[in-house]
Amino acid sequence: MKFSVIGATAALTIATAATAVHAGETSVTGYVEPEVQIFTQSASGNEQRRWNTSAAAEVTFESFWDNSNQWIVVKPFARWDLRDGNRSHVDMREAKYARVVDNWEFRIGMDKVFWGVTEAVHLVDIVNQTDLVESIDGEEKLGQPMAMVSSAWEIGTFTGYLLPYFRERTFPSLSGRPAFDIPVDETQTKYESGAKQRHLDFALRYNNTFDIWDVGASYFRGTNRNPIMVPGLDSGGRLVLIPYYVQTDRISTDIQATSGAWLYKFEGFWQDQLDEQNLQATGGIEYTLYGIFDTPSDVGLVAEYVWDDRGANSQNPFANDLFLALRWTPNDEASTAVLAGTTVDLDTQGFGFSVEAERRFGEDYFVSLEARFFGNVPRSDPIFSYSDDDFIQLRIARYF
Amino acid sequence: MHIQDWSYGRFGRALALATLMLAPAAVRAADSVSLPEDPTAKGLAIAEETDRRNQGFGDTKASMKMILENAYGETSERELRSMTLENPNAEEGDWTLNVFDKPRDVDGTALLTYAKILEPDDQWMYLPAVKRVKRISSVNKSGPFMGSEFAFEDFSSTEVGKYTYKWLRDEACPAPVADRTCHVTERYPEYEHSGYTRQIVWTDTTDYQPRRVEYFDRKDQLLKTLAFDDYRLYKDKFWRAHDLFMENVVTGKSTRLTWEEYSFGNGLTQNDFSTNALKRAR
Repeated sequence: MKFSVIGATAALTIATAATAVHAGETSVTGYVEPEVQIFTQSASGNEQRRWNTSAAAEVTFESFWDNSNQWIVVKPFARWDLRDGNRSHVDMREAKYARVVDNWEFRIGMDKVFWGVTEAVHLVDIVNQTDLVESIDGEEKLGQPMAMVSSAWEIGTFTGYLLPYFRERTFPSLSGRPAFDIPVDETQTKYESGAKQRHLDFALRYNNTFDIWDVGASYFRGTNRNPIMVPGLDSGGRLVLIPYYVQTDRISTDIQATSGAWLYKFEGFWQDQLDEQNLQATGGIEYTLYGIFDTPSDVGLVAEYVWDDRGANSQNPFANDLFLALRWTPNDEASTAVLAGTTVDLDTQGFGFSVEAERRFGEDYFVSLEARFFGNVPRSDPIFSYSDDDFIQLRIARYF
Repeated sequence: MHIQDWSYGRFGRALALATLMLAPAAVRAADSVSLPEDPTAKGLAIAEETDRRNQGFGDTKASMKMILENAYGETSERELRSMTLENPNAEEGDWTLNVFDKPRDVDGTALLTYAKILEPDDQWMYLPAVKRVKRISSVNKSGPFMGSEFAFEDFSSTEVGKYTYKWLRDEACPAPVADRTCHVTERYPEYEHSGYTRQIVWTDTTDYQPRRVEYFDRKDQLLKTLAFDDYRLYKDKFWRAHDLFMENVVTGKSTRLTWEEYSFGNGLTQNDFSTNALKRAR
């Protein structure tokens, strides 16, 4: 089991502070979520199996006081996994103290921040590291130690972040699935900066709404969360991938226009790292047909394109890709939703396809079924490793 | 490639709830209201009087609970906390921030609405699992709110300009206030995407509060009835109904909506109704 020392320390500090705080409201909520995964193809690795089971739990302690102008949140997360020791992990998703004074907001501790507007990939979202063992879609994030100050004005909101400690991406082990065919050797992880994980990163962000436009602009300077995977050898002379975290300067923007049932979205960044400049962008539409066929059902459509000025490359699986998705929500009491999506690489015609269905049972159970399939993925594509890891996954969450 | 966070639909959709204050008013003598003769002008005047009696409420905080019941008697619950800021600009509606507590799987999900009169509202949803604030479409007026019998437009404010009106008659108010007299007025949605051709509203002539609404669908069939009860007076001036019962006469489903812990004059400002405030909503 891995454990973040910094997270534990932060949690302890804040938990101690929390017990010292009286008055105000305190709540404890959370969930426990067992999971079963079935892999439809035989494994490529000797240690991989056709099925897996695991269970995750997350608890949220919240305490608000001072008329809700000050609060503490502590949110530990843990997963136990039958097969993959790397996926059995504990993380402090949040452990923060926050305070609001008029139009100013301050936060210190472990926290999670999201930037961006698109659905398929989140190009400009850089503050938190991806918890890749949780999901290969990159949506799950590790807690990030930070000090944040934000100020809201008529001309927009300005936010500054100091990020004093870097979190390494989590990777599945040899027995994990889905996983890279070549194992990741995290003992050899390399950094461009001599300060390694202690490099002080910082970020600035501006965001505002102008009528139908929601606009964000950001600057980030520090360790790129996305490692370059360098082939190398482990101590036994076996081929491995070594994560290499480089320093980056990045300017980004994210824009959404909302007009009737249509959402128009754009995200893009320019970055400078290892003496090379790179542009990446994504954009598209989201459209919802409300009350289809005179029923309460909605059907939503998303179409997005992802672009990288380097063309097809080993660092980015989304260099010239199209994403299409369809969502059906009957708007019933059980909050049923079904979502089907595909990503097609326009250079290679390799594709990924996923279907998710979810609904509530009773008041406290939430069940989600997910299937992911890959097809026609060439060896040169960074997601080739996943293409023999098609799977179906069932999760049953019990909220409390 | 993933769609995980494209799943705000899971908790229903945007809720307008802009001013669930379907119930404004001041304590004034009924006879102080002089109404015109013409049915159209009279209907409008009644709506304006209802609206006038809610002016100056400033801000409110309250907790809401809904009990959804299907035709088989099975129930499920929804809970949320709501804050409203009165918009002094008469050309626009009020500002509302709602935070969901139940069902627990949507705990912490929050919705910010800047209501408009005829234009679509501006709406942002906060998804706590991914810490994402998302601007969403608000044209979805006729959809069910959280799987209940309330549509989004049933919540959205009683801004006078949303409808045209016609006074029909005066008659005894519906039970339990059958001893009072009600103005019966028909109103026609002027905003786009409404699920209704018309609504009939029973407005109490003593306090100008709604007592009953009948909703007619796009085919002009009676779809739902809403009964207002448990009115309480705040700051000696503002009435709020604490029990709203919506019954779907077609499906037999119903939703009972109750308000608790109403408070006025909380000193809320625009800072409490920003997309930043959405992320820290309580």
